[in-house]
Amino acid sequence: MSKTVVPLHQVSIRFAGDSGDGMQLTGDRFTMDTAILGNDISTLPNFPAEIRAPQGTLLGVSSFQLHFADHHIQTPGDAPDVLVAMNPAALKANIKDLAKGATIIVDADEFVPRNLTKVGYETNPLEDGSLDGYKVHPIALTSLTVATLSALNLSRKDAERSKNMFALGLLTWMYSRPTETTEKFLTGKFAKKPDLLEANLLAFKAGWNFGETTEEFSVSYQIAPAKMPAGKYRNISGNTALSYGLIAAAKQSGLQLFLGSYPITPASDILHELSKHKKFGVITFQAEDEIAAVGSALGAAYGGAIGVTSTSGPGLALKAEMIGLGVMLELPLIVIDVQRGGPSTGLPTKTEQADLLQAMYGRNGESPVVVIAPATPNDCFNMAMEAVRIATTYRVPVFILSDGYIANGSEPWRIPSEAELPDLHVEFAHTEENFMPYSRDPKTLARPWAIPGTKGIEHRIGGVEKADQTGAISYDPTNHDFMVRTRAAKVAGVQVPDLQVDDVTGDAKVLLLGWGSTFGPIAAAVEALRENGQSVAQAHLKYINPFPKNLGDVLAKYDRVIVPEMNLGQLAMLLRSEFLKDITGYNKVRGLPFSTTEIIEATMAVLSD
Amino acid sequence: MTDVTLTKKDFTSDQEVRWCPGCGDYSILSTVQSFLPTLGLPRENIVFISGIGCSSRFPYYLETFGIHSIHGRAPAIASGLAISRPDLTIFVITGDGDALSIGGNHLIHALRRNVNLKILLFNNRIYGLTKGQYSPTSEAGKVTKSTPIGSLDTPFNPISLALGAEATFVARSIDTDRKHLTEMLQAAAAHKGSALIEIYQNCPIFNDDAFLAVKDGDTKGATLLQLIHGSPIKSETHGVILENGSMKVVELSTVSESDLIVHNGNNPDPSYAFALSRLSSSELDHVPIGVFRDVARPEYSSMVNQQIADVIAKDGAGNLTSLLASGDTWVVN
Repeated sequence: MSKTVVPLHQVSIRFAGDSGDGMQLTGDRFTMDTAILGNDISTLPNFPAEIRAPQGTLLGVSSFQLHFADHHIQTPGDAPDVLVAMNPAALKANIKDLAKGATIIVDADEFVPRNLTKVGYETNPLEDGSLDGYKVHPIALTSLTVATLSALNLSRKDAERSKNMFALGLLTWMYSRPTETTEKFLTGKFAKKPDLLEANLLAFKAGWNFGETTEEFSVSYQIAPAKMPAGKYRNISGNTALSYGLIAAAKQSGLQLFLGSYPITPASDILHELSKHKKFGVITFQAEDEIAAVGSALGAAYGGAIGVTSTSGPGLALKAEMIGLGVMLELPLIVIDVQRGGPSTGLPTKTEQADLLQAMYGRNGESPVVVIAPATPNDCFNMAMEAVRIATTYRVPVFILSDGYIANGSEPWRIPSEAELPDLHVEFAHTEENFMPYSRDPKTLARPWAIPGTKGIEHRIGGVEKADQTGAISYDPTNHDFMVRTRAAKVAGVQVPDLQVDDVTGDAKVLLLGWGSTFGPIAAAVEALRENGQSVAQAHLKYINPFPKNLGDVLAKYDRVIVPEMNLGQLAMLLRSEFLKDITGYNKVRGLPFSTTEIIEATMAVLSD
Repeated sequence: MTDVTLTKKDFTSDQEVRWCPGCGDYSILSTVQSFLPTLGLPRENIVFISGIGCSSRFPYYLETFGIHSIHGRAPAIASGLAISRPDLTIFVITGDGDALSIGGNHLIHALRRNVNLKILLFNNRIYGLTKGQYSPTSEAGKVTKSTPIGSLDTPFNPISLALGAEATFVARSIDTDRKHLTEMLQAAAAHKGSALIEIYQNCPIFNDDAFLAVKDGDTKGATLLQLIHGSPIKSETHGVILENGSMKVVELSTVSESDLIVHNGNNPDPSYAFALSRLSSSELDHVPIGVFRDVARPEYSSMVNQQIADVIAKDGAGNLTSLLASGDTWVVN
């Protein structure tokens, strides 16, 4: 039977199931198969903090959303066009997010009274008409998978575990994705478990064949490749891009990379990733706590390495005193904060931007640090190198504020050649007479990076206030005032690129100004607003301390400045205090990235004010 | 090795020493300054890292590299330095509050990992810099500013604690006994891995004569049980025997020399050193002094760097272009 193939411009699919159903893996695989076809992609994994919440409950639902298109896209999509729900809980937890008339594929085997009751369905939604507005495909995913694998010597439970591959196979057929990459992936993953490999491959193929042969599906879809700059691409998440950026920076500087870290969601993947790359001389040290993690990084920096610590909000709170020591010692230190919902344990697996003021001010005394924030998963690569450039040039702690959204989300990345990477070469202090550990480079105000092992420059540093030049202990009031101002001036003088403003018509009165991971939804909203004939400007702050030198002029140019933030107005507060400019905040702290729609609505409200 | 022989003066910095008159830290400093030249190392390869407290001012007075860091965290900072710079010789200077209270976690983990750090724990059984509160080694019932009717805390025995933390080298010495302290420093320096020396140190201002029993000419001979590898464990008047499976201090006159336990610092069984550590009470009736335990276990920094070397030997050094393009890729023309 020949089936119709319908071309589409874009699709957003959400895979949802129990946290043990393998939805993250399924989403990852579909992403890779899609990336290889040259579509632009944006992904949003969303999972519970519990490793295995009670089976079949709303609490335990894990999902992976993937938006792919034949053109450039900025977000995972506000409302999925397709939901794959592996059980009633997954349907119930996600139905409200779907686009009108969305396609819903469910595992019909799971829609039994016990499971329905568990999530509060009084009647079966597959039968009671409540899904009438959707294209629903109830498919017996579990029993079809088990039947497919009946010839294998597997327990029923083991056979059932392959149902995610059946679903993946079906979607792979439906969207005309290639099968080879997933087959290759499975072959690698289960190389040592041939029975599981066979089961997964069989289930995957059976899913594909099911789509091809059953009358349940009469059409499949095709999405042409997106127009993207020429080059070699791969898919990359923010955490991986940060890790690669650090390794690249180590190579470009000729320094050893040292990561001191303590496991914490959603930053642990940086520790995992860097631990794999010992062949680059990377040292990873899983410390006994957050304080030791940053302490070891500072110790390594003192010895001449690129000292990095990675954490999330609660860990950052613990590191505060050590970062203050880094400010006092004026050593390069990279602090990565992959922000999550707070305060306290908060929402460990959800995204938020509420650590900005903690990064800026969360230490005792006048304790200035550099704060930068990548805008997208890709951008994490460049910003990691920027952090190393600034830290090693100015001998100062540098914060990278990522968050759960870009850390786990992924998108295609044009792989740079080594020739495109910046030169990050650093000079250590050399042997000299009358060495002054707190003398300064007049241009950068950096003090020498004077590492042990260098003859003739033995000296002592510490957390007690330092005398200018000599670095000896000093309680002199004038010296303290001078040193406080000097440390502040050093950070204020860090060279950062000017803020680029996207104002196509040049006559916009309203500026949408974001920072960090809000770039995607803001850019998508601006695109949509302009298509609707609205005039809005967009700018995105990647350097927060110090601000770009032209920021004041940019703000002054616009009647209204809207700052969307996943906090209660932290950047807005900094902007108001620095520039005496009124800011219109758009603030939500739902643990989820902004939707394009809500930013459009917020902007329209200002435009029609 | 340096081409010029260094002296104590070469290790003395130009900073004015600012401890209270009579502080035990002076004699420890002097001993360490005299000891350092015997290492035969260039000054630039030696680093002293301290936390916070009176003792933690120590690095300022030594003409080596040094960091006076923050309270309790010296072992963490020193671990990062030791792992990334295995060429350096690193000492950690700490006190009973710094190492055992606020920094307890870092101390035990540095010891269990066996990072190549020589940790000198100045135990004066009091908080000095904050002016006289009880510390984790103060005896129960201690009356201080923060315990006006007596401390309720059971004190730590630092030697027992270190042994519980899988320490490979644990010793005890006394601030004013320069000869003994020098021997302990030499033994610690020769040990590959972490080494903890508890040094009884007098605070003349807030806890004067806390260690009188081990210093006073009339009592110390009887009090100090000398731990000398290969020799019977005894003081001038007492010795240690094994009775019903437990160590016991007895008067020498009641036993024959052959009944005494012969000290074996290399005993792989940590319960032996632990039993020794329990012979001293906070009343200091009997105090073992010397090396409790000195056993070989792979040093942490060398293992970290060996893993890297092994991976490079097996797979070759990392290639950045290959790394960036790893996994599934596609080309857009």
